[in-house]
Amino acid sequence: MNIKTFRIGGIHPEENKLTHEVATEAAPLPQQAIFPLSQHIGAPARPIVQKGDKVKVGTILAEASSFVSAPIHSSVSGTVAKIDTAIDATGYRKPAIIIDVEGDDWEESIDRSKTLETLSAHPELTPEEIVERIKKAGITGMGGAGFPTFIKLCPPPTAKAECVIINAVECEPYITADYRLMMEKSDEIIVGLELLMKAAKVTKGYIGIETNKPKAIALLSKKVSEFRSQSPYQIEVVPLKQRYPQGGEKQLVDAVIRRQVPAPPAIPVNVGAIVQNVGTAYAVYEAVMKRKPLFERYTTVTGKRLQKPGNYLVRMGTPMQLLIDLCGGMPDGENKLLAGGPMMGKALTSTEVPICKGTNSVTILSGDEARRKEPQPCIRCAKCVGVCPMGLEPYLLAKLSAFKQWESAEQEDIVSCIECGSCQFTCPAHRPLLDNIRQGKQTVMGIIRNRNTKKQ
Amino acid sequence: MNKLIVSLSPHAHGTDSVERNMYGVLIALLPALFVSFAYFGIGSAIVCLTSVVACVFLEWVINRFVLGNQHNTIIDGSAALTGLLLGMNLPSNLPIWIILIGALFAIGVGKMTFGGLGNNIFNPALVGRCVLLVAFPAQMTSWPQPGHLLQYTDATTGATPLALMKQAIQNHDASILDQLPDAFSLLMGDHSLGGGAGTIGEICGLALLAGFAFMLWRRIITWHIPVSIIVTVFAFSAVMHLINPIYADPTTVILSGGLLLGAIFMATDYVTSPMTPKGQIVYGISIGLLTIIIRNWGAYPEGMSFAILIMNAFTPLINSHFKPKRYGEEVKK
Amino acid sequence: MDFFLIAVIVLGSIGLVAAIVLYVCSKKFAVDEDPRIQQVNELLAGANCGGCGFAGCGGLAEALVKGADKGRIDGLSCPVGGAETMTRVADLLGMAIANGDPKIAVVRCNGSCDKRPKTNEYMGLRTCAAMNSCGAGETGCGYGCLGCGDCVEACQFDAIHLNPETGLPEVNEDKCTACGACAKSCPRTIIELRKKGVKGRRVYVSCVNKDKGAVAMKACKAACISCGKCVKECKFEAITIGNNVSYIDYNKCRLCRKCVEVCPTKAIQAVNFPTPKKSETSEAPEKKQLS
Repeated sequence: MNIKTFRIGGIHPEENKLTHEVATEAAPLPQQAIFPLSQHIGAPARPIVQKGDKVKVGTILAEASSFVSAPIHSSVSGTVAKIDTAIDATGYRKPAIIIDVEGDDWEESIDRSKTLETLSAHPELTPEEIVERIKKAGITGMGGAGFPTFIKLCPPPTAKAECVIINAVECEPYITADYRLMMEKSDEIIVGLELLMKAAKVTKGYIGIETNKPKAIALLSKKVSEFRSQSPYQIEVVPLKQRYPQGGEKQLVDAVIRRQVPAPPAIPVNVGAIVQNVGTAYAVYEAVMKRKPLFERYTTVTGKRLQKPGNYLVRMGTPMQLLIDLCGGMPDGENKLLAGGPMMGKALTSTEVPICKGTNSVTILSGDEARRKEPQPCIRCAKCVGVCPMGLEPYLLAKLSAFKQWESAEQEDIVSCIECGSCQFTCPAHRPLLDNIRQGKQTVMGIIRNRNTKKQ
Repeated sequence: MNKLIVSLSPHAHGTDSVERNMYGVLIALLPALFVSFAYFGIGSAIVCLTSVVACVFLEWVINRFVLGNQHNTIIDGSAALTGLLLGMNLPSNLPIWIILIGALFAIGVGKMTFGGLGNNIFNPALVGRCVLLVAFPAQMTSWPQPGHLLQYTDATTGATPLALMKQAIQNHDASILDQLPDAFSLLMGDHSLGGGAGTIGEICGLALLAGFAFMLWRRIITWHIPVSIIVTVFAFSAVMHLINPIYADPTTVILSGGLLLGAIFMATDYVTSPMTPKGQIVYGISIGLLTIIIRNWGAYPEGMSFAILIMNAFTPLINSHFKPKRYGEEVKK
Repeated sequence: MDFFLIAVIVLGSIGLVAAIVLYVCSKKFAVDEDPRIQQVNELLAGANCGGCGFAGCGGLAEALVKGADKGRIDGLSCPVGGAETMTRVADLLGMAIANGDPKIAVVRCNGSCDKRPKTNEYMGLRTCAAMNSCGAGETGCGYGCLGCGDCVEACQFDAIHLNPETGLPEVNEDKCTACGACAKSCPRTIIELRKKGVKGRRVYVSCVNKDKGAVAMKACKAACISCGKCVKECKFEAITIGNNVSYIDYNKCRLCRKCVEVCPTKAIQAVNFPTPKKSETSEAPEKKQLS
């Protein structure tokens, strides 16, 4: 049988899944937890606590400030120390709520029992109720992007959702958090998927998993067939070829349901698919069934020179230094600290940056891995064209951006770039292709925005 | 503690590099080079060595003294590759001073005047070869016969398959083609039947195809350009052969002259060939057509070099018109 | 001789036909343009720099003539040609013109390498725009100069260059035309066009750091810590503090330099003032005239 995959481009980086078989441990609580107000796409949340307030685990700290926004809940119990600025993953100081941790008291409304709650046992949950609970729990995309989940479940009137696709691909090297989640919480994930399907009013669901996780494919396939007898939902586990960026939303839709999303501003729901990360599905289960807002997540802490890399259940707000110390401390020599994986992760300027809703991994690259090589002139080998999953010409887009030819760049579809980094990974001359393309893309998007606002 | 390094994503890089590609092509050329030593002896060794050394030296001199660059590019292997390709396009009895002139035009004019690696419009080795062909037609068209291993500039010369094919067309005499070696001999490079001289690199089709397979395996080139050239030439010459037997049969045509060498190693030069698969196929078909047109009806017996140089000029146009298929393109709005 | 005659007749006729065709085309397809536009264009500097806001000098010339017909040419000015050119243009069009004060680009950051220690190493495309989107840069200040020279690239008049010792850009007073290209290119809006001032003297706060005082000081010794001493000292109410940083309004500043003396971090700069004859205790550092 042919393994499904996306049709255009792609690369095959080294897996480096050092922590594949390391069972998840709960990370210890920090002494001070830092909650940046902007952990999601959209407007930053608005604080509703003040200095000196006492909070418990699950207390709401900040509310959504607009439609495209999400609330932030405390992951610790203690006292609000200050509402100040702190360095976050963007590398800048941004407003954040800082809490001095005291004990571990949870809000009474949270159900901490371990019993599995199935959808069939809760017929009272209407789609609207599910969406409301997801919204109140502050759930945003856990794969890294951080888009508020409830918005995805309510597509615009022009689009009709036909299926929910769970992104359990984890195509980035090093990261194993989603894999461990699947191995340890498979039942909850399937209930979470059913909840998402009910909320989106669809009957078809897919779980896309790369073939480098055979145990997860086997386990989830088994669970899906167990559930099938009790539920009306059609769920299919889809093994996918090991290729980067298989986990990119657009590539995943192409691979699973063989439809390609048109150019922006179209989104996957325009071809009928709602894509959610597997961590989001789990968070949805906890939010709807256990009334637990989003305040902790599975995070991989890894790196070739780390003494003891592992997977951890981390409370959000935990500074990364705590996790690095758990794993044996920062290695000697030159290091790059990433929030995320090596392909799309953000390089951090400090180890005090906290774990946020979208931080699926803390990756430490050391020595040669941390450095960039000197670029050479473009040899026009066209390898970047061959690997671009969006069918673009990276060498051309990089050149146009460097020479500020914004009109030509727009004509060459620079806004379709998903910033996956396949081009720069492949370039034999080590050219900073994506560095240039990103600048061009942001400028062209600004020009398009100005043009649209002028029309109105 | 050391400062943390920061940069924009991606933070990982594959194992590919310019050197890996350039030296990979050099390795792919080795089978053909060793076969040429077996056939042409010290002549081919001297020509190739002179060409490589001259090209590398010239690039170093121009980089250091004319351009004033601190960092020299000779390590990336592209100058050596140009040198070897130029050498393989020359007859093995070419005097050293002519080779040096060829290297000067190949690297000095064909590559460095445009700005060095990545900026040239025309294939540098072919620029050197065509300049020599036009400036020294007599020396460039006297082909040593294989087997005279210790002779260099005084090697005994003979006719090439292409010369015979040209004669057949000009004299409207298909019987001249009977003197051609059969296809298998051409493939293996066995010229005991005579009429089998040629440039250093084009002698053994099998060695060149082995190099092609190696480059495909190492992902240095893709199949589009060589296959489209060879298929076009085969089809076009098959049609001509059926119309009139004074035109040689297609198998002989693709195995003779510099066709395989040009299709596999010269036309696939990164810098001068198109950047998209569609564009590459259009490029290959055009080169195939032009080669046959020049071979059959042009003044020169060999059309490959000129065909490639002409299509090099069209590469920017091909690049702007043949774009890859965008993701989402097939979806109708 | 026949051949000679035929050649002359043939070529002569071709030339004649071509001339007639060109003449007819130039008359038939002529674009009606107000002759004043060409005259104004000739008076302008001709650099096509875009400093006036139009794509080229032709654009400005057209706008000036249209404006003159409507009776107003306010807001249209050639920064390169300056007041001299604009006066001549106004005379040609028969208009009066109010001359603005000449301006100059000012780099409002004093975080040189010795004052602002490096906390990270950046690897990748060395442009200010790229480094800015990667994070705060190589130092602890997320508002300060990144030192990659986007402003130097943008300048068409060779008026701004990076000083290799300090790592900061320096503006050449004679060459700067205040076209604003460098200010637009700076992703952190560190460069501002300010009044050149009487005898080229001006006072400005050389810091745009919006972090709280203690944080700013930790990142850079020359930061503005928004202590407010300058505001209290200024008798002309020219200084305001907003977002943890101080700002001097160049229209109100009278160049008395009292603020310069009281600033604890020496964040306020005074340019082109004569060096006081007293000994070296808390004086404003004098900027050298770049040639």
